[in-house]
Amino acid sequence: MAEYIIKNGFVFDPVLGINGDKTDVAIKDGKFVETTQLANPKTIDATGMTVMAGAVDIHAHVAGPKVNTGRNFRPEDKLFNCTPRRGVERMQGGFSVPTTFKTGYDYARMGYTTVMEAAMPPLYARHTHEEIRDTPIIDQAAFPVFGNNWFVLEYLKNNEIENTASYIAWLLRATKGYAVKVVNPGGTEAWGWGLNCENIHDPVPFFDITPAQIVKGLIEANEYLGLPHSMHVHANNLGNPGNYTTTLDTFKLSEGIKPRGGWGRDQVMHHTHVQFHSYGGDNWGNFESKSPEIMDYVNSHDNITIDIGQVTLDETTTMTADGPFEHHLTELNHLKWANTDVELETGSGVVPYVYSPTIKVCAIQWAIGLELGLLAKDPMRVFITTDHPNAGPFIRYPRVIKWLMSQQSREEMLNGFKHSEKVIDATHLMGIDRELSLYEIAQMTRAGTAKALGLGHMYGSLKPGLEADVAVYDFNPEQEHAPDDIEKAFGNARHLFKTGMQIINEGEIVSNGNKRTLWVNARVNENPQVMRDVKEKFLRYYTVTQNNYEVAGHHYVPNPYVIEVDATQ
Amino acid sequence: MTKTVTDVVCPFCGTLCDDLEVVVSDDGKQLLEVYNACAIGAEKFLHSQAEDRLTRPRLQQEDGSWKDVTYDEAIEYTAQMLASSTKPLMYGWSSTNCEAQGVGSEIGEITGAVMDNTATVCHGTSLIAVQDIGIPHCTLGEVKNRADRVVFWGCNPAHAHPRHMSRYSIFPRGFFTGKGHKGRKVIVIDPRKTDTANVADVHLQIEQGRDYELLDALRVAFKGLPLPDVVAGIPKEQIYEAAEVLKSGRFVIIFFGMGVTQSLGKNHNIDEAIAVTRDLNEYTKAAIMPMRGHYNVTGSGAVWGWQFGFPFAVDLSRGFARYNPGETTSNDLLRRGEVDSVFVLGSDPGAHFPFSSVKKISELPSVCIDPHQTPTTAVCKLHVPVAFVGVEIGGCAYRMDNVPIETRKVVEAPEGMMTDEEFLEKVLVRIKEIKGE
Amino acid sequence: MKKLAIKVNLITGRSIQQGVSMEGGKEKPAYTAACGIIELDPAEFKRLGTYRNTNVRVTSEYGSVIVKAVEATQGPHPGVAYIPMGPWANMVINPNTYSTGMPTFKGTPVEVEIAKNGQVLDSLDLVRKACRGEVV
Repeated sequence: MAEYIIKNGFVFDPVLGINGDKTDVAIKDGKFVETTQLANPKTIDATGMTVMAGAVDIHAHVAGPKVNTGRNFRPEDKLFNCTPRRGVERMQGGFSVPTTFKTGYDYARMGYTTVMEAAMPPLYARHTHEEIRDTPIIDQAAFPVFGNNWFVLEYLKNNEIENTASYIAWLLRATKGYAVKVVNPGGTEAWGWGLNCENIHDPVPFFDITPAQIVKGLIEANEYLGLPHSMHVHANNLGNPGNYTTTLDTFKLSEGIKPRGGWGRDQVMHHTHVQFHSYGGDNWGNFESKSPEIMDYVNSHDNITIDIGQVTLDETTTMTADGPFEHHLTELNHLKWANTDVELETGSGVVPYVYSPTIKVCAIQWAIGLELGLLAKDPMRVFITTDHPNAGPFIRYPRVIKWLMSQQSREEMLNGFKHSEKVIDATHLMGIDRELSLYEIAQMTRAGTAKALGLGHMYGSLKPGLEADVAVYDFNPEQEHAPDDIEKAFGNARHLFKTGMQIINEGEIVSNGNKRTLWVNARVNENPQVMRDVKEKFLRYYTVTQNNYEVAGHHYVPNPYVIEVDATQ
Repeated sequence: MTKTVTDVVCPFCGTLCDDLEVVVSDDGKQLLEVYNACAIGAEKFLHSQAEDRLTRPRLQQEDGSWKDVTYDEAIEYTAQMLASSTKPLMYGWSSTNCEAQGVGSEIGEITGAVMDNTATVCHGTSLIAVQDIGIPHCTLGEVKNRADRVVFWGCNPAHAHPRHMSRYSIFPRGFFTGKGHKGRKVIVIDPRKTDTANVADVHLQIEQGRDYELLDALRVAFKGLPLPDVVAGIPKEQIYEAAEVLKSGRFVIIFFGMGVTQSLGKNHNIDEAIAVTRDLNEYTKAAIMPMRGHYNVTGSGAVWGWQFGFPFAVDLSRGFARYNPGETTSNDLLRRGEVDSVFVLGSDPGAHFPFSSVKKISELPSVCIDPHQTPTTAVCKLHVPVAFVGVEIGGCAYRMDNVPIETRKVVEAPEGMMTDEEFLEKVLVRIKEIKGE
Repeated sequence: MKKLAIKVNLITGRSIQQGVSMEGGKEKPAYTAACGIIELDPAEFKRLGTYRNTNVRVTSEYGSVIVKAVEATQGPHPGVAYIPMGPWANMVINPNTYSTGMPTFKGTPVEVEIAKNGQVLDSLDLVRKACRGEVV
C-alpha cells in the first residue's frame, strides 16, 4: 500500500496531547507510523491547515428499516438535492434521510470515517447490514435494541444477569451487532398496546418489570460480558416538559457500577441525545432549559458519557424505536406518521418535523443542546451529535461546531429569533462566553467518542499503530477568521484518508474506500437454559424459524471486522 | 437415498413462509417432494424440475421462430440494447433477490433507465398513500401474538396468500392470543363472497368501487356521528356495529389488497384506510398492512429506497433519480411511447399489464430474463432463462411486513445455467466497457 | 335477430387455480382453463340465456376477448363478473391510470355475449396474435 506523509499541518490530537503544533503525520500499510518508518512517501502539503484523526460518530440513524421508511415515504426530502453519477461517486439524493451512497460521501466530506448506527431492530438486522454494505467509505457498526425485548424483560424481572448476558452474546452474534442499545425501556413494549412507560418506575404491562430494573440489569449484563461499549440508553419520557427528573433518575442507575473488559472506557452508561431529555416546565408555555442540573450531574460522575443531540433548526425526519413518542409527535404536528412494531423485540416510529426558528420551543431546544456542550467540564465525555436525523441532519455538524466555537454566532442566532426574549429567559446560553477550542472539538468528535466506544485502540488519534484515518481541513487556526469559515472548513475536508487509503484529494472524492462492518463476538460459557428459551420463543411466538434468523453470508457483511470478547472466565 | 432440507423459504408470495421442507436426491440435482407449502408454492418448486424447461437463451426471429444463442451472445445483445437506448424501461425486479436488484440499479444508473417494479400494478398506489399520510404498521408476529380484530379489505388470502391465515392472521395461537381463532373477530370487506369471507365473522359485501365511502363512513361511525341509511351498499346499522367491534379490540390489524388499490379512487382509498387506522389508535392499538404479492417486490422497493430514495417508478434518465407516478410509471411510459427499449426481469408484464402496454413492448427492442415461458417472453426479442431464485440460488427477500429473510438454494440449477445476478454482473461489466467507464 | 348481450361490471384478481397453473407454466392448457374464463352469477346466465361452460365474447371500450363463461365460485355477486388476472382479463380492462401509474383493473363496464364457436386462445398465442393484429 502507498505511503503518505501529511506535512506541516496544525495537528490536534487530544490522545497524544498535541494542541495545534506543526507535526507531520505518517501513513504506511493502512496505519499511522513514525515518520522514520517511511521509505518513499507521497507528500500531502497541509501548510496552513488543520489536521485531525478521522471523526467517529457515536450515534446516528443512517441504515436500516426506519431510515428507509423515512426515505421512501418522503419523496419531498429529495427535492433539489439529487446529484448524478460522477467519477467514483454514485447517484445521490436526500437531505435529512440521504441515500446510503450520499451518507458515505457526506460523512467523508466532513472528515468522518466511522459511524455507529444507533438502533437496529434485531429481526431487521439483514436490512440494516445491506444498507451498511451499500454505504461507501466509512466503517460502521450497528447497535441492536434490547430495552423492550421479551427475553430481557423476563430474565431481568428475576434479576438474572448471567442469562441476560448469555442472551446478549447470542443476539450480538445472530445480528452481527456491536453494543447494547436501550430505547424507552419498557415503553415500546407497552406501545404494543398503545400505552407507554413515562418514568423509570412505571411498570411494563403484563411483564411486571420497571424501566429502572431493565436499565440497571442491562448495565450489569453489559459489564458482566465486558463489551467494548457501555450500555447506550435513550431514557423514558423523551421530549416532554419536565422530563429532566426522569433523566437524572436514569443517570443514577449507573451509580456504583464500574466498567469491565479493559477497553479503556470509563463509563458504564452512555446517555444519548440528552438535549431531548433536559427539559423543565410542565407544559409548552413554561418549557425551559434544565441543562445546568443535567450537566452538574454529568460533570461530577465519571462513569457516564453523553451526546448532545443538537437541534439544527431544519426541516427533518424524526425516527426512533420510541414508538409512543412518535405517535405523540404526530398528534402535535399532524404530519404523516409511520410506525412499525416488531414482534418480541421492539417498535419504531417516523414523523417529519420542522424545527422552525420562529417557534419558541424549537429555539429553546436549540439553545439547550449548545448549553450541554458548553457546560461540559470534560469534553472527553460529552459528544457532538444531532441524533441524526432527529434533531437535524448530520451534515450540520460543521455548523454545530461553529456555534460551539463562536459566541458571536450564537448570539446572532439568539437575537434573531422571533421570540428572542422569551427564548433567552428560558435558557442559559446568553450568559455563556465559553468558546470551545479545536482541541476540545477533537475530543468531542474523535478522541472521546472512540474511547467511549471501546475503540481507542483503532480510532480517534494519530498515534502510531492506529488505523490511518485522518482529515485535513482548510482552516488556519493562527489566522483571523469569521465564524462561517469554521463551518465551511469542517464541511469540506481538503484531504481524507481512511485506513491509509486516500479518499478525498484536494476536496474531490477519489475512492469508495474499503469499508468495514464492525461487530462484537462475545464468547460466553454454555447456557442451556437460554438456548432452550431461544428455541421455545422461535417455535411459539416468532414468525421466522430460528434457523432463518441469523445474519450470515457474504452479501450482508462482505468485509467484517470482528472484535472478540472473552466472557467465559 | 434422499435428503431433506428444512427451513426452506417459499419464493412465491409476500407471505414468504420459511418452514418448508424439501426432499432432494442425494446428489442435490433433483427436487423430489415439497412439504408444508401451499398448492402454489409446491408447484413453483416442482415446476423447476419440468422436463421441457428451457435452459439456454434464445432469440426470436422475424417469422416468430426461436434460435438458440449462447449466454455470451445474450449478454452482448442485452448490453448493446441498453447502452444504445436513451431511455430504457427496466421493469420487474420482484421475483429475484436483493443482490440482483442492486446490480440492476447500477445498470440503470449508467444507462439512464427508468426502474419500475411490479408495485406499479399492485401496491404502487399504497406506496403513494403512505407518502401522503404515513402508515402505522407492524410485523406479522405482532398480529399473531396480539391481534384480536382482523380485517381483510379487498383481499382474498384464501386464494392469493394461502398460508397467511394459518401462519399469522386468523388461526395461530400467540403469546397474548392463546385462544387462536376463537379469540379473534374477523371482518371481510369484499364485493364477492370470497372463500376468505366464508371464514369471517362478518362479511360486508360492499358495492364494487365504493371503498372510499365505506371507509369514510367507518370514521364517522367511530365518532358516533350520523350516517345515511345505506353507504356503499351496506346498511348503517352494520357499519356502526363494525365500528364498535373495531374500537373494542385490544389490537386491530387491517390487511388490504388489490380491491382497494386497483379500484377507482386508487391511492385515495388507501389514504382513507390508513386514516381509519390512525383514528383507531385514539381508542386502541391498530395497524395496517398491504398484502404484497410477489415474494420480493417489497425488497425491490427497499433496495431502491436506500439507493435512490424512492420505492418504485424511479426515473434515472436525467442522470439523477426522479419519481413522479403517472409520469414515470411503466404503463404510462409505454402507452405514451416514452421509452425506447424494454428490459424485463422477475415479472411477466405480458400477462399482467393491460394489452395496450403489451403491444408497445412487442414493438420495441426487448429482453426478458425469466426461468419460465410467459406471454412476455412470447413478445420479446431475446429470452434468457435463468436459475430459480429461492430454489436454485439463495439471496435476500423481504416479506410483506418488510422483514428480510435469506432464501435458500435447495437444488442445483441445470448445468451451465446462469443466475439473475451473474447475468446482470456480466451485462454491467460489458456496458461499462461500451460506455468507456 | 339482434344478438343478446348483458352488461356487467368486470373485476379481476387472483385465484388459487390461477396461481398454481401460472407456476406450472403459462403455455400449458391448465393456465387457460384457470384464467381464460369469466365467472358469472346464475342470474346472469339466465339473462344471457345460455348454459354454464359456454364460450362468450367479453367486450369493453378498450378491447375484446373470448373466454369461457363459468358459474361464480365465490358468489353470488350481483352485477359483477370476474375474470382471474391474466392476459385474457387484460384485453378488456380499463388501462387508464389517471396519473397514479395504476391501470384500472377493477370496475370496467363490459358486455358479455354468447360466442359458441369462438375459440379461447392460450396465453402465449393470445398475446402474440393480438400484438400482430390477428385477433379482434
